[in-house]
Amino acid sequence: MSTGVATAEQPAAVPPARGQHLTERAKSERRLAAMLVGPAAIVMVLVTAYPILDAVILSLQRSDLRFPNATKFIGLSNYGHVLSAPVWWQDVLHTAIITVISVGIQLVLGMLLALAMHRAIFGRGAVRAIALVPYGIVAVVAAYSWQYAWSLNSGWIPKLLGLTSDPLSHQFTTYVAIIITEIWKNTPFMALLLLAGLALVPDELHEAARVDGATTWQRFWRITVPLMKPAILVALLFRTLDAFRIFDTIYIFNQGAQGTESISMLNYSTLLNRLNLGLGSAVSVLLFLLVALIAFVFIKGFGAGAAPGAEAR
Amino acid sequence: MFGVALAALILASCGSSGKGPATLNWYVFPEPSGSFATAAANCSKASGGKYQIKINLLSTASDQQRVSLVRRLAAGDSSIDILAMDVDWTAEFATAKWIRPWPAAMAAQETNGDLAGPIATATWRGQLYAGPINSNTELLWYRKDLVPNPPKTWDEMITDAIALAKQGKPHYIEEQGAQYEGLVVWFNSLVDSAGGQIVTSDNKVVVGPSTKLAASLMHRLATSPAADPSLNTDKEDDARVSFEKGTAAFEINYPFVWPAAAKAGIQSKMGYALFPTVTPGTDPKVSIGGYNLAVSAYSKHPQEAFDAITCLTQPANQVRDAIKGGLAPVSASIYDEPSIAQQYPFHALLKAQIQHYGIRPTTPAYADVSLAIQKALSPTSSIQPNTVVTTLRDEIKKALSSGALL
Repeated sequence: MSTGVATAEQPAAVPPARGQHLTERAKSERRLAAMLVGPAAIVMVLVTAYPILDAVILSLQRSDLRFPNATKFIGLSNYGHVLSAPVWWQDVLHTAIITVISVGIQLVLGMLLALAMHRAIFGRGAVRAIALVPYGIVAVVAAYSWQYAWSLNSGWIPKLLGLTSDPLSHQFTTYVAIIITEIWKNTPFMALLLLAGLALVPDELHEAARVDGATTWQRFWRITVPLMKPAILVALLFRTLDAFRIFDTIYIFNQGAQGTESISMLNYSTLLNRLNLGLGSAVSVLLFLLVALIAFVFIKGFGAGAAPGAEAR
Repeated sequence: MFGVALAALILASCGSSGKGPATLNWYVFPEPSGSFATAAANCSKASGGKYQIKINLLSTASDQQRVSLVRRLAAGDSSIDILAMDVDWTAEFATAKWIRPWPAAMAAQETNGDLAGPIATATWRGQLYAGPINSNTELLWYRKDLVPNPPKTWDEMITDAIALAKQGKPHYIEEQGAQYEGLVVWFNSLVDSAGGQIVTSDNKVVVGPSTKLAASLMHRLATSPAADPSLNTDKEDDARVSFEKGTAAFEINYPFVWPAAAKAGIQSKMGYALFPTVTPGTDPKVSIGGYNLAVSAYSKHPQEAFDAITCLTQPANQVRDAIKGGLAPVSASIYDEPSIAQQYPFHALLKAQIQHYGIRPTTPAYADVSLAIQKALSPTSSIQPNTVVTTLRDEIKKALSSGALL
């Protein structure tokens, strides 16, 4: 697609600049730009590409830190072990449940929060600052405070609800607790991204619609949502990718007990607790592929990568 | 100029080359009373300029300590000389050749007079790999005002607790039921006390009737009125807090709860007894905890490090560790010292349990085995007594092969 655009546009836009018009100065500026960007690009490649490549290579080996002599190339059998293990599929399911529910609710709440911040007439700065507080709190601290809040011995939530059994001992309520923590922490980020999208919606359209007799509800669905669709998709994409890699909240809450283990938890215990680099890297690579797949679906399927506003025109 | 300063800094931090005492980096859990720091200072002084021990603090949680140490050892980091290992790491660290076996002459001297349990945890395939510095074992704590005679077995304890529940009195049994290492200690203590074993010395799974008995007892407690509602999330300190709050009649926990009970003002109501056993008439075999000191394979001063460990684990240091820091000694004779007897009125119980000890599976893949057991038994209320043995056997087998996902 991009090449098609490039060839179509080049003849029209480039010719005056091409040929003799690409002066010495322009050339040297380009060279300077390349030199300035070069080191950063190389570092980026080294920092990101090397670990990814290393993980892929490790995932094809039997490699355990404790048994360095037993290291050998075993092809795809680590992937076979992972994909044939019920625990992998259970953890994919756990992760998907947490991702879908928490991001879904974050979208709704984030939209309400964004509308409130957008429409706030007085104290706009204060409203925005207050709304952002949960996002500014360190993830581990947030997870601990919610864990204490839900704990039967010391928490205010069981007291408030009059519970006699421990909510964190049961799967359903543990999920509720983890998902609420995620929502509480990440809704402000969602709202911030949506707020940027709201700013793209021209007021004139709303005014015109109001003159034509459209209700608030109609204006929201027919004008606001379509115009900010790219921003919504980007916000959803960011949050989904993040939520799918959920680790800290679960780690702090119960280390994956009560059937809440996520893929990242599994990855952690295989790599850092069991020191099984081969198997753990296979889990890492599969998690990476799942995340890449989510990104692909969002970008190609829903056009999340399109320029803001391009969709609507 | 900067280069010179840097070089000086590097030289200073090595501190080994040429003359002057060798710097021995001791990686150890944070010991809040300062007793380890005193020992390190005293031993450095007593070495007559041979070595200087420098304490490097690890995190408080055992699994985090292991991760920090393993990362360095796997990379061949020579800046660790002495490492404090939790008792269940010995086989793993020895197999990976991260720690040095003790020279035969020094080994006999190091463990001379130690109780059998700590020596067993420091030994792998007949070879001593570490010097025990402290031990630990769980006792039964109970409310003297509610329980006239402490129960001898788990059966009795659960029955007593249910009877108390019927009378509307505090009746919970506090145990560590969260999905973590404490659950393995509970399970393994029951299996050993029932006369069973989980992994043999040649790395084979041998779960059987005693495993079933142990898992069934855990299930029975978890599904009875005797269980604290938070059993599935409780760790050592949760158990202590619940007992101090007064809702429990029994508590299985380490001796740190004794001084804590004095602070909470309930020590006068608190009794202590041997860990309940499984088979009536037999002594319990409780999985012991504690730490052993090993010399890193990558240390540049192994001889000095061995000497330093011998000094750090001397009885005089163990006594102070026990009195100030609450760490149970490994030397048998220390338990009879008046100062210890005064601070630990239950010292005879501790000594008996550490002498007639239980030990968690000794295998290089212990971390895997522990994870497999935790996952198979958590939550305890969902244990299926009829299939749990098969599940455990399959999962532990996978863990020992270290090739499958757990």
